[in-house]
Amino acid sequence: MEIIVAPLVVSIISSALALMIVIVDGVVNNYGEVEIDINNGKKKLKVKGGAPLLHTLSSAGIFVPSACGGRGSCGACKVKVLSDVGPHLPTELPYMSKEEVAENIRLACQIKLKKDIKIYLPEELFNIKKFKGIVESIKDVTYDIKELRIRLVEPNEINFKAGQYVQLVIPPYENIKEPTQRAYSISSSPSNKDHIELLIRLVPGGIATTYVHKYMKEGDVVEVVGPFGEFYMRETNADMIMVAGGSGMAPIKSIILDMWERGITERNVWYFFGARSKRDLYYVELFQELEKKWPKFHFIPALSDPLPEDDWQGETGLITNVLDKYLATVIPQDTPKEGYLCGSPGMINACVQVFDKYGIKDVYYDKFA
Amino acid sequence: MIYPNINPLVLFFASIFTSNILLTNFLGMCSFISISKDLKSSNGLGIAVTLVMTITTGLNWILERYVITPLDIGYLRYIIYIIVIAAVVQVLEMIIDRVSPNLYMVLGIFLPLITVNCAILGVALFMQLRNYSFIQSVFFGLGSGIGWWLAIVLLAAIRKKTENAPVPAPLKGVGITLITIGIMAMAFIGFAGMINVQ
Repeated sequence: MEIIVAPLVVSIISSALALMIVIVDGVVNNYGEVEIDINNGKKKLKVKGGAPLLHTLSSAGIFVPSACGGRGSCGACKVKVLSDVGPHLPTELPYMSKEEVAENIRLACQIKLKKDIKIYLPEELFNIKKFKGIVESIKDVTYDIKELRIRLVEPNEINFKAGQYVQLVIPPYENIKEPTQRAYSISSSPSNKDHIELLIRLVPGGIATTYVHKYMKEGDVVEVVGPFGEFYMRETNADMIMVAGGSGMAPIKSIILDMWERGITERNVWYFFGARSKRDLYYVELFQELEKKWPKFHFIPALSDPLPEDDWQGETGLITNVLDKYLATVIPQDTPKEGYLCGSPGMINACVQVFDKYGIKDVYYDKFA
Repeated sequence: MIYPNINPLVLFFASIFTSNILLTNFLGMCSFISISKDLKSSNGLGIAVTLVMTITTGLNWILERYVITPLDIGYLRYIIYIIVIAAVVQVLEMIIDRVSPNLYMVLGIFLPLITVNCAILGVALFMQLRNYSFIQSVFFGLGSGIGWWLAIVLLAAIRKKTENAPVPAPLKGVGITLITIGIMAMAFIGFAGMINVQ
């Protein structure tokens, strides 16, 4: 008897409490229909309230950039809110400067739609689209990085600036119940309008990378949203110092290919690529070929822990040390310079410090969190 | 049912001052130490703890009296108490969000933390162990909550002072905080025998 009573009591109490939560949720969180007014009446949306602004906008076809997919960990989905939606939340403040707080810039993923709202969005956001594509090939470029080539079907052309990124939509799989979005830089050049290539490194436990490495196959239909991002070549005459590691290769490759195709070969370009050992290096021939054809382009791969069998003749050491060495000895000192970085947050911070040492202030990067 | 012969009001003050849940039983230490860095947050967490403690103690008393005791399933007490606490926190969070966004701003991130605050479960268990009546339990819960609130605000204020004090380098941060808590506890334990809460 007791063996039945115990689970029965616990289940009854739990279901009573669950019912209470559901009822309260239904009553309390029912905000009805709310109106989003974008750019002073330029566009008006009638939507169901209660969800975060970011998700409501994306289901209405307006894609505010977000690298983390709404978890509040990247700070990318900044939106200017013109009506009153209450004070800034503690989850927003770490990503805001004082000026942004004063202008009521908010994180779209953190503000819940409770009543009519007026927001301002930059015009180019309306150009961001959701693309349907077909996975044309998946290639192993190293033991843990795959090159994903996607043919765009609907719409079948993308216009982006080399260096920008898209968000890949990962469908639910295994015990992941919700579609997830993750940001990946485009590694192909913008002249290739009907295809995009992404470089995806396997992160143990990563939702998107595990899916791409284990489940995605050629011929699959995928969705990408984009293009996003402020990481692209600035139109100046300064020397470009580019540093990348791992799958950070992607946007840099796109920028370099784009410059070569458009004949912007008068600028000095130094590309430092950091890897652990030879098995982490890829696309080396591509850049070495380019180096022969393009005198002002310099490709410096560096290994931090070359294995004995690698027989490595090139630079060794952490990429920051190699960068430091080149800035001190090889690269001309007196020309203006710009830094372009892509890699782990740790690498970016370390490189920014090196650049700082040499007074290079114009440093561009996308920090994916 | 034989309830202990203590005036609920006496119990209320006793659980704030002489039998402070934090400083005499050392329950709820983790959030006590981590949140007390900042006075404003301490205040918010204190209010939230008080609110949840009062409500859950009352609810758990009802379940104890009318479900757990008659069915003789005391061994399920911990599980039942903790799911009640979790559910109440959920519901409170939703209601506060809707009714008072400003209060939600203050409490927002602390409410979910409270689900795992052992002081809340501790108070419910003491209430059962000491065989309090419903009124006594609610006053005990309210008093313990306010006592917790008082203790964390006191500690936050002291920490603000020690921040600029010449603390020996190895003791800076958590070290001096733990010593501070020890001295506070001694001061509170000094009164511990004055009122019998059992």
